[in-house]
Amino acid sequence: MSRTLFTFNGGVHPDGHKTESNGTPIRAMPLLSRYVVPMRQHIGAPARPVVAVGDAVLRGQTLGAAEGYVSTAVHAPTSGRVIAIEPCAAPHPSGLFDLAVVIEADGLDQSIAFEPLDWRALDPSALRNRIREMGLAGLGGAVFPSYIKLNPGAQKIHTLILNGAECEPWITCDDRLMRERAPELVRGIEIMRHALGSATILIGIEDNKPEALAAMRAAAPSDMEVVAIPTLYPGGGGKQLTYTLTGVETPTGGRSTDVGIQVFNVGTAYSLYRAVELGEPLISRIVTITGHVSNPGNFEVRVGTPLSDLVTAAGGMLPGASGEIVGGPMMGFDLMDSAAPVTKAVNCLIIKNSKLFPGKPIELPCIRCGACAKACPADLQPFEMYWYSRAKNFGRAQSYNLFDCIECGCCAYVCPSHIPLVDYFRFAKSEIWEREREKSGADQARIRHDFKTFRLEREKREKAEKFAKAAEKTKAAASNPSEASAAVDPDAEKKKAILQAALERAQKAKESVAPRNTEDLPPRVQREIDEIEARRAAVETKTESTE
Amino acid sequence: MFSAILVMAAIGLVLGGILGWASIKYRVEDDPLVEKVDAILPQTQCGQCGFPGCKPYAEAIAKGEADINLCPPGGDDGVKRLAELLGVEAKPLGEGMEPKPKSVAVIDENTCIGCTLCIQACPVDAIVGAAKQMHVIVASQCTGCELCLPPCPVDCISMQVIKEDVVNWKWRYPIHMMKRVA
Repeated sequence: MSRTLFTFNGGVHPDGHKTESNGTPIRAMPLLSRYVVPMRQHIGAPARPVVAVGDAVLRGQTLGAAEGYVSTAVHAPTSGRVIAIEPCAAPHPSGLFDLAVVIEADGLDQSIAFEPLDWRALDPSALRNRIREMGLAGLGGAVFPSYIKLNPGAQKIHTLILNGAECEPWITCDDRLMRERAPELVRGIEIMRHALGSATILIGIEDNKPEALAAMRAAAPSDMEVVAIPTLYPGGGGKQLTYTLTGVETPTGGRSTDVGIQVFNVGTAYSLYRAVELGEPLISRIVTITGHVSNPGNFEVRVGTPLSDLVTAAGGMLPGASGEIVGGPMMGFDLMDSAAPVTKAVNCLIIKNSKLFPGKPIELPCIRCGACAKACPADLQPFEMYWYSRAKNFGRAQSYNLFDCIECGCCAYVCPSHIPLVDYFRFAKSEIWEREREKSGADQARIRHDFKTFRLEREKREKAEKFAKAAEKTKAAASNPSEASAAVDPDAEKKKAILQAALERAQKAKESVAPRNTEDLPPRVQREIDEIEARRAAVETKTESTE
Repeated sequence: MFSAILVMAAIGLVLGGILGWASIKYRVEDDPLVEKVDAILPQTQCGQCGFPGCKPYAEAIAKGEADINLCPPGGDDGVKRLAELLGVEAKPLGEGMEPKPKSVAVIDENTCIGCTLCIQACPVDAIVGAAKQMHVIVASQCTGCELCLPPCPVDCISMQVIKEDVVNWKWRYPIHMMKRVA
């Protein structure tokens, strides 16, 4: 069962430095007294805290609920009490603080009742909802919520790829996981297959991990193929691994799902097994601590463990340590604050010293040698993107497909002028994002301003019309009361009718009441009245004739 | 020779006719200049340029009645882009004009008397409230134009600079070590 492998263009061979940490089994961390659990541990919207300061929590209890579609839940790593919900140091290149729930552990480590799921009997949609509540996110580094990736949608996912390449130097957490927990990992893959309905399952592992390959081959059933891929950085990049295994290129700006392929990290598969078969939410992961520490290796670390405590567990830094890198040396970033906790995204902590990681050499002018273009695994032209990024001509940089750059660092690695190309690309990307944000904000403001102007004009017009109508009415009423009122007011007829009816009623009432002292008068009184009437008549005719 | 001239003239007429017809039939409506200028302006509607909003300023620029360096929220970058669009030299912002850090207005809820004056002043309808009811600013829609500040009779609106957080944080421009060598 030999599979034809494809070789992507470019790539580099940095020193592996795997043996420092892959020789010892995964160790458990001692229970700590304090955990800092950030609400933003995944791509998308941060979780919304559902606990309050002072609440008692149990291990596995939900601390933050998924908010919005691209989001997932966050859980308590141990039992204890919530002592704060506030911005805390976070493992982020900026060193900025981010909202976190701080837990003071009670040392009992009591857990909620974990409910294992009978996933084979469960509808994939119900399973995905459960996975969302379990806080699963991709543990390879991108931390995209897994429940979304497990939704094939309209696209048919014919191939499921498990990424065990672990191409970054120094990192060995996936290696140790595959060696020690292959059977559980494979059960996690089966859950993925159930959700996606994929026919082909490929597990890609770089050939510098023979023990992991052997363990996975022993554990995998016959319908899963464990493939040894050549060791070449960045062979574990999603698009590169897809190409190596299947020869299918991911379209620019697209995802591998566009070509019917889904890629998961092996660590995600293992956590999925724990979440579904054991009912335990994602509250721990394997983290490599290596470099200039006395006792490097891999630890099973609870999410929320301050990185300084991880260093202590590994025996502490050796004298001469010059800093820490979160992630690998190629794509990771310098840690600003060692109080920052382990999150779902943190797979490795490297302690630097000046020998292993000499300071950045002085940047020299680009000599246009083209080495970066040859090394680029995404088939880009880094030197062009560099020119335009440096000149802050972001439109042109983008026209060279800047956003297809995976920031693997191969170009900067090979650059003979030591230009930190990736730093320029990251700068350009975040500037472009900022502009996009500003532009959409400006567009909204324009729409709202236009509407306000329109609204004010409409109100003015309506008011003017109303006044004009009223004025017309009074004018018309003055010249021709009956017609004007009839023409202007549709209610006039009705009002008139009501008025008429009232008048008639009054008339009738008047008629029905007969004057009592005008009938059956004595002849003397009648004669007096007749005389008066005759006089009045005479006066009236007289005045009429004079007029 | 005469027939040749006739033939050429006829061909010319036919082709000219086709081209003329096509230019009318397949005419691409180009964005008028005003729209293009307006697209560059930041839409704060703040009136700092001396025009009652971004669109009137854009119209004035398009007519050549206003200078391109009168928009402080757009900053030097905005001036540069306007200069590029119009094919003129970029210049520094007008005198006394300085871009301020991006801010949003915040109403002090304890002081607000509910007079609705700020609601009328807001160019983008980003303030919610009613007479004798407390007003509140929809921060996501606020352009930071400061037009609500002067009408407030109790001075309960203040501008707060938008803080950098993990979401809006940007990678910095890489420092040039070259300069140190030189």
